[in-house]
Amino acid sequence: MQVGIGLPNTLSNADRELTVSWARKAEAGPFTSLGVFDRLVYDSLDPFQTLAVCAGATEEIRLSTSIIAGPLRSNAMVAKKAATLDVLSDGRLTLGLALGARKDDYEAADSEYRTRGRRFTKQLDELRSYWEGDEIGPDPAQDGGPELLVGGSSDPAFKRVGRFGDGYIHGGGPPRAFAKDAEKARAAWSEEGRPGEPTLWGHGYFALGGEEQAERGREYLLDYYEFTGPFAERIAEGLLTTPQEIIQFIRGYEEEGCDELLLFPTVADEEQYDRLAEIVGNEWAGE
Amino acid sequence: MNVNVIGGGPGGLYASLLLKKSNPDWNITVYERDPADNTYGWGIVFSDSTLSALREADYKTHQQITNQFIKWDPIDVYYDGEYIRCGGHRFAGMMRADLKDILRERCAEVGVEMHFDTAIDDPKALAAESELLIGADGAQSVTRETFSEEFKPRITDGNAKFAWFGTEKPFDVFTFIFRENEDGLWRIHAYPGRKSTFIVECTEETWRNAGLDEKSEGEGLAYFEELFADHLNGYDLESKLYGWRNFPLVENRTWYHNDENVVLLGDAAHTAHFSIGSGTKMAMEDAIALYEGFEEHPEDEDAAIRWYEKERRPAVEALQKASRHSRKYFENVERYTNLDPQQFVFNMLTRSGRITYDELGIRDREYVDEFDRWHARRSNGTEAGQTVATPPMHQPLSLRDVTVPNRAAFSPTPSSDATDGTPSEPQLRRLTDLGLEGVGLVMTEPVAVSPIGRITPGTPGLYEADHRDAWASAVERTRDRADGTTLGIELVHAGQRGATKPRTYGLDRPLPEEDAWELLSASATPYTSSSQVPKAMDADDMERVREQFAHAAELADQAGFDLLQLHFGHGYLLSSFISPRTNERDDEYGGALENRLRYPLEVFDAVRTVWPDEKPVTVKLPATDWAPNGYDMGEAFTAGTRLKERGCDLLTVVAGQTTANDRPKFDTGVLGNYCEQIRNEVQVPTMSTNYLTTTDDVNTQVGGATADLCHWYPENVDVNSL
Repeated sequence: MQVGIGLPNTLSNADRELTVSWARKAEAGPFTSLGVFDRLVYDSLDPFQTLAVCAGATEEIRLSTSIIAGPLRSNAMVAKKAATLDVLSDGRLTLGLALGARKDDYEAADSEYRTRGRRFTKQLDELRSYWEGDEIGPDPAQDGGPELLVGGSSDPAFKRVGRFGDGYIHGGGPPRAFAKDAEKARAAWSEEGRPGEPTLWGHGYFALGGEEQAERGREYLLDYYEFTGPFAERIAEGLLTTPQEIIQFIRGYEEEGCDELLLFPTVADEEQYDRLAEIVGNEWAGE
Repeated sequence: MNVNVIGGGPGGLYASLLLKKSNPDWNITVYERDPADNTYGWGIVFSDSTLSALREADYKTHQQITNQFIKWDPIDVYYDGEYIRCGGHRFAGMMRADLKDILRERCAEVGVEMHFDTAIDDPKALAAESELLIGADGAQSVTRETFSEEFKPRITDGNAKFAWFGTEKPFDVFTFIFRENEDGLWRIHAYPGRKSTFIVECTEETWRNAGLDEKSEGEGLAYFEELFADHLNGYDLESKLYGWRNFPLVENRTWYHNDENVVLLGDAAHTAHFSIGSGTKMAMEDAIALYEGFEEHPEDEDAAIRWYEKERRPAVEALQKASRHSRKYFENVERYTNLDPQQFVFNMLTRSGRITYDELGIRDREYVDEFDRWHARRSNGTEAGQTVATPPMHQPLSLRDVTVPNRAAFSPTPSSDATDGTPSEPQLRRLTDLGLEGVGLVMTEPVAVSPIGRITPGTPGLYEADHRDAWASAVERTRDRADGTTLGIELVHAGQRGATKPRTYGLDRPLPEEDAWELLSASATPYTSSSQVPKAMDADDMERVREQFAHAAELADQAGFDLLQLHFGHGYLLSSFISPRTNERDDEYGGALENRLRYPLEVFDAVRTVWPDEKPVTVKLPATDWAPNGYDMGEAFTAGTRLKERGCDLLTVVAGQTTANDRPKFDTGVLGNYCEQIRNEVQVPTMSTNYLTTTDDVNTQVGGATADLCHWYPENVDVNSL
């Protein structure tokens, strides 16, 4: 398993300096990928543009949109943006897509919420067609298009993984929650007749440095996931706040067959990066 | 705080008790429409884990409750003149009335106000004057109905009829009795208590045959007293509120309504079938969680209630899932009456998906040893007793003259590096490599019967002598090194799903026009919106393809395969005839199921004719289209029956993919469930295509008569690589 780090793009005080230095350091450090989240009606940076800036500031680290709400945007636009980012990063893009559950995002984007599932399926189908076809360039740097990860935990979501994905991106939670969905993704993969196994990505949240940071992290998660009702508390409870918790979490995911685990900050300051890098770099010897 | 509770059952009382004990300054009032001493239920059952939760929550009631407990751990099953006991299940039970007495007394002690004989007709008005309203008013909850806009309940009734009785006859353990008489098959769920509980369940048809729709209470009781005289030993049956019901499965979108501070608890929020454990247990666990919510969030009712639902919902949903399986089992017991008693009981014990073969072994080693010996005797076709038998997975299966040495099968997914149908060296090596892993059956990936029957340009084929020779060399290599492994070949014509890119690019990505070939299908409709439009087959096409299948079968025999499988599923050519979603023909091959099956059956006959009698032919058959107005289980039963009549030896049960816009379920047991239903309804051996990764999975499915062979994906073998 490899470990990636999330950028602070949904944390309100992430500026250019923090974002770029975070990305540069990650490339040198123990991390193998950078992640971003996607939220429209929120004080956050656009995921594609954030990654584009980081693509310019780095050479080797993988860039992943993990996860963006696909049907919020038109299919051709996603195809073009992703292909562009893939070209400009020299084939480093992993495109993680899911439905997105925020109604207000959809309303603000003038995109119908109710039909988003059906439209998402069509989008996944069309993305490949755009990348393979000649009408809308550029040709992605990766053969057949960027690595495509599909998220969600409903039956239609797993079908999309089997049908269109190169792998599955899990929405977060303790290792056993990941294990349950990973098993379904593998089953879907096998039952849909795809060769090999799906690539599996996971997510976690951290806030290191003491109770005050942990509290800030929890407040952010309660706010970010407020729309999920009681579930927000469950997410906030899962916040990783000590080195031990981080290591246990990483080991848990590794045991369940995760290929890449992204750890996302909940507090936007450089110290958060350094603390995580130290733990991952020194105490966990991954691939 | 001012708390009102609608419903004075165990859930409502226990919640009141816990909240009042911890918050003595709150005013808590319970309203119960029935008199205090009235209770309709008989006994209730608890498990060990509930007990420790009760102990934590209120030690005093825990003591009183456990003092009343009757404990037992075996399950006894009477079926077809046989009696089988399986131990180790650990139950504790008591009378519902006694539990209510204990809770009522304790509620009074801590100062909960209780009004009996007081029906609440207007929960809205009560909610308005409460800071918290708890709807604990049972499966028929008035609270839930009043706020149905918010809770969004879904109530589905089961098919079976049931009635609760009590009896003085002491049943000392959980006892299931299955008995057939001229009216049908009766299921009895009986368990211990101060008085024993005796639940009668049957299909609606049986219920009508017995005239129970017209019988009076006395006549009804007399009917069962006579039918079960040998179990009741002269004791009477008693009834508190005689009536026959269908079990209502209650689910709600949410269990709380924030604006009015209303929360549902117990059966009002969720029910679970009586065959897997009582609603009382769940209601009391709800009460504990609600109380804990207020301990966690003492100043914030909304947060407390949210905490309660968050805490309880995963556990409740897991139980409801098991309950659904269990209910379906009991509704369809007639399907299993062809099973030997040993297997009948194993099937019953594993019905809900919660108990597996290994788990039974932990609970009762002797029972499982006896089952293994029975299974071994049956699989080997001898009566010779074995002292120690290996588990079901390791028993042989005979199909015609071929003996598959064990019940695990490898069946890899389509790969794509053949050249003009000639299998590549890696494709051939895969057969050999998998053949050395010790499973009973190794299948090839789908092998095309003609060039245009290929899925991708790299799909291996079997239509030229060269192809046969290549396969023959792989078969020979495998036999040299692993004699005894059964080798099977799967023949396919891709039909509308042909001419696509390799699957590493995703499913059904069409080839560029210049590389594609003409596709055939039942009708001229493309598989996906971006797929090529196939040609609807005419009489010549049908004759030619039928001959191609037969020709491939001859070559497969020459190549030395033991078993041949025809692919009738997943939207390939033969599947396109079967599914009403893809067959739009108006000739004798379209329309009703018998017509849609006609061509696939003609192909089957042509293959069966040329394939040697001593070797088995199997069919990969869809159970359902997973699509509205599609082919479904009822049609699958018919299709399976037709195939069995024509000499099909085994059905490999798959589902979905007959259309690209299906809505599959990736529940880890769903294909096993279809497989089990087809096996037992049609009485034909089946192979399960469920994603099984452990030997326990295979033993459970083979032992429980779900499947006779299982696709297997052990962790250490990459079945699908290439």
